Order: sequence, then C-alpha cells, then structure tokens
Amino acid sequence: MTEFLQQLVNGLSLGAIYALIALGYTMVYGVLRFINFAHSEVFMVGAMIGLGLGRHLPEGTLWGGLVVLTAAMAGSALLGVTIERLVYRPLRGTATLNVLITAIGVSLLLQSVFQHPQVFGATPQLFPAVFPVKKIGFGDLVISSNQLVVITVAALLIVVLQLVVFRTRMGTAMRAVALNPQAAQLVGVNLNAVISFTFALGSALAGAGGVLYALNYPSVEPLMGVMPGLKAFVAAVLGGIGSIPGAALGGLILGTVETLVGGSAALSTYKDAIAFAVLILILLCRPTGLLGRSTAEKV
Amino acid sequence: MLSVANLSVSYGAINAVDGVSFAVPAGAIVTLIGGNGAGKTTTLRALSGLLRTRGGSITFDGADLTRLPPHEIVARGLGHVPEGRMIFANLTVDENLAMGAYLQHDRQRIAENRDYVFGIFPRLKERLRQSAGTLSGGEQQMLAIGRALMGSPKFLMLDEPSLGLAPRLVGTIFEKIQEINRSHGLTILLVEQNARLALEVSSHAHVLETGRVVMSGPSAELRADPRLKAAYLGG
Repeated sequence: MTEFLQQLVNGLSLGAIYALIALGYTMVYGVLRFINFAHSEVFMVGAMIGLGLGRHLPEGTLWGGLVVLTAAMAGSALLGVTIERLVYRPLRGTATLNVLITAIGVSLLLQSVFQHPQVFGATPQLFPAVFPVKKIGFGDLVISSNQLVVITVAALLIVVLQLVVFRTRMGTAMRAVALNPQAAQLVGVNLNAVISFTFALGSALAGAGGVLYALNYPSVEPLMGVMPGLKAFVAAVLGGIGSIPGAALGGLILGTVETLVGGSAALSTYKDAIAFAVLILILLCRPTGLLGRSTAEKV
Repeated sequence: MLSVANLSVSYGAINAVDGVSFAVPAGAIVTLIGGNGAGKTTTLRALSGLLRTRGGSITFDGADLTRLPPHEIVARGLGHVPEGRMIFANLTVDENLAMGAYLQHDRQRIAENRDYVFGIFPRLKERLRQSAGTLSGGEQQMLAIGRALMGSPKFLMLDEPSLGLAPRLVGTIFEKIQEINRSHGLTILLVEQNARLALEVSSHAHVLETGRVVMSGPSAELRADPRLKAAYLGG
C-alpha cells in the first residue's frame, strides 16, 4: 500500500508538470487550431534560463527558487510570443499543414541552436537545487520538498489560469476567439493581441514546467523537452484538445499511469510506450478526449 | 456616411470584387443584390476588415478604414451581422449579448442597449439562459442582430438575414430591420439574395455580378427595370 501511495505521489508530481505543458498546447490549439510543436523547446528553454540564473543564486532558498521560477516564466513567455510574431503570424491564413510543419522546424531549430557548443552544447548539465531540499516522511511514505513545490506551484498556476480565462476581459476575448475567431473580431476583439497573450500565457506555464521538471530530474540538455513535450501533447489530446480542465486532468492521469506502470517490475520497460498507447486508444475510441466536445453549428 | 471607391478584393488569383464603388447616405437602407458568387459577402467582409483589400478605398464618417483591423473598425461604429450568423453557439443568449458589448465600457449604455434589443426581439429575453446553439434559426438571426446592436453601431451591415428562414419569419426579421432603421436612425447596408424583399425595404440598390456593380439606382426604379425583373425577380 505504501509503495502504491509513494508511486501515486510521484505520479501526481510528474503529472502536474505534464499538465502545465499540456495547457500551452491546448490554449494555442483553442485559438489557432494548430499544434505548436515548438512548445517542448519553450519548456527546455525555461529549464535553461532556470539553470543559467540558478547558478548565480544561493542554493536552497525559497526566494531564490521563486526568482528562478519567475524569470524562467518571463523568458519563456517572451520566447513564445516572439516565435508567434516572427514565424506563425506571417503564415496565418495559409493551410494549417504549413504552420504545423513550420512548428516542427522551429522545434528542431531551437534544439540545434542549443546544441551548439557556444550556446549550451550537447552535454547534460546539473540543475542546481534552487529550492530548499527536505525529505518529509509520513510513516513509510516519503515526499520530497521538490515534489511539494511542483504540486503546489502547478496547482496555483492552474487556479490563476482559470481566473484569467474566466474572470478577465482578456480571458473573455480568448474564449470568444476559441469559439469563433471571426465573430470575436466582429464584436471588437483584437485578434493579434489575444493570440500574443495566449502564447505568453501558455509559454510561461511551459517555462515553469521546465524549472519544475529540472528540479526533480536535474539533468538539463537541449533535447530534454522532446519526451515531456510529446507526452504533454498526448495529455492534451487525452483530456480533449482545446479544453483547459481537460489538459490539467489529462496531464495528471498520464503522469500517474506512467509512474505506476514504471514502478511495477514486470512492466517498467514499457513506461514510455504507455503514453503513446493511450494516444492511439483515445484517437480510436474517443477522439474528442475526456472533456472535449465536438461542436456542431446550426446553419 | 460610408463611401466605397473602386474596391477590389481577391482570393489568390481570383478577383472576387473588382472595382466596386457605391455610397450609403446616413439614415438610409441601401442594398447590394446579386446571385451566388457576385461578391456581396466579400464586399461586406472587406468593409469590416475581415478581408484584405487589394485596391480602392473605404471611407466612413470622413475617416479612411481601408487598412484598419476589424476591432478598430467595430470601435468606429460599423456593426456587421455576418453570413451564417456566427453566434457563439456554446454560450448562452445572455453571454452572446454581453460579448456584443465587448468594446462598451459605459454600464448605463450597455443596460440601455439591452433594453433596446429586448424591445425589438422580446423572444431573446425569454431565452436569456438558453445555450445559443439550441435556438431556432430565426432566433439565432435575432440574436446575431441583437449582438451587433449591443456594440452601439452607427452603421449596420446585414449579410443574408433571410437565409434559411421560414417565409413567415423572413417577414418578421425584415420588419424588425426597418424598425431599427426608423426608430434609431441606424444606417443599414443589406446584402440579400431575395431581391424582391431587399428592393421593398431599401431606398437605393446596387446590383453585383461577378464582382462588379452592373446596375445602380433608387430601389423603386430598379423594381420596375425589365432587365432586373428578368434576372432577379422571376420575370
């Protein structure tokens, strides 16, 4: 039982990270109807910023950790907005496939740039312990303070996101664009501002995800975004692409299932296969995902 | 109030609108009529900034709108009830109307606009909490017009308000359109395939064919024109 609970906690903290990344996929899909495959590299850059800054700060302090987290979020938001402005916006209005392939191009470009020795290089580097490190025991169950940080920060960010989306003017505009971009423009919504804001928000969450991931798996390198990025994409599809609660739920489920499978002796080698099996199953049985719904418009 | 000079819009190599010019005087109902693919919807979409123009100019209240994005055009008082209504199907009637007031900041004004919309379309008040996607076609059209009115427009463009409606409802919608024009002095540009109806309610009409204006004049005269009768009014 303790073993199970232990894996559950591990799974939830991994799932919380998947959820943060998945939110960016799902929000961008919501307003632009395409999958931003460069999102995993925004996550990676978030971790890189955290690494670069964390080295110059004292280790093991709460304020240091929060500074690193905030800086990574701000830097990632800037990167996301820049990518949209420079690359996706000029392609808007062309076939979705063009944008999709370009997104893969941006993803590969960022990976390659960071692999250049002058920029970062291909060798993994150790992420500093920017937050205080403690082990907290409940009987046999051990929770690391980093897992607590991950779960707390992720939960807070998701609550803030909900407030932004449902309680602010910009959030209202985002929802209108997601429902019908042309109708939104005709009531006076500034489409470019909404799209930039969406990229900023989604990328900031991915940047936070990057730092939180690196806290628990402290090896930072240019390809570190690939696997978590793909899995978060699966999580977004599992929850229902375009649905914000869906992305959060999908991330938690996927992280938990993956960790439980990884923890069982017989199946542990299939850990990574699980995510993609889930993707295939979902696409076969319920393509709209758990919380997604297909919209039929009356003509 | 609105003047369009030499407007051209193209989709790739195809000129959907090719040098169209017309004017809409303040307080009038002007109609654009023509068959499928004549360029009527394209003209409206260019006017509200949803489509890029290739050439020509759009002047509204003395200001040039030609290169402005849609949200700035809406802010200047051009309302657009688009083809297919484009209501927010997942939102309630109430939320749709609230979205229509997106650029309005004066609470008093918003409340007045709501009362005004409910005065014209009492049905919307009865359906306030209902999801807009579950409304009938006629009610959706009312909602689309109501949503546009929530933005306090000075000028309203209506794209095929009769499309897909039962004949009885078409009459109702057109009465309401005239009412909006008379009671509020709202200038209206109406795009319609139902030429007979459009000519009845409008003061001036322009006939579009393959992206060009082929006939213009007072609606009463056009109604009597034998060429128009043969082509659009069923002889």
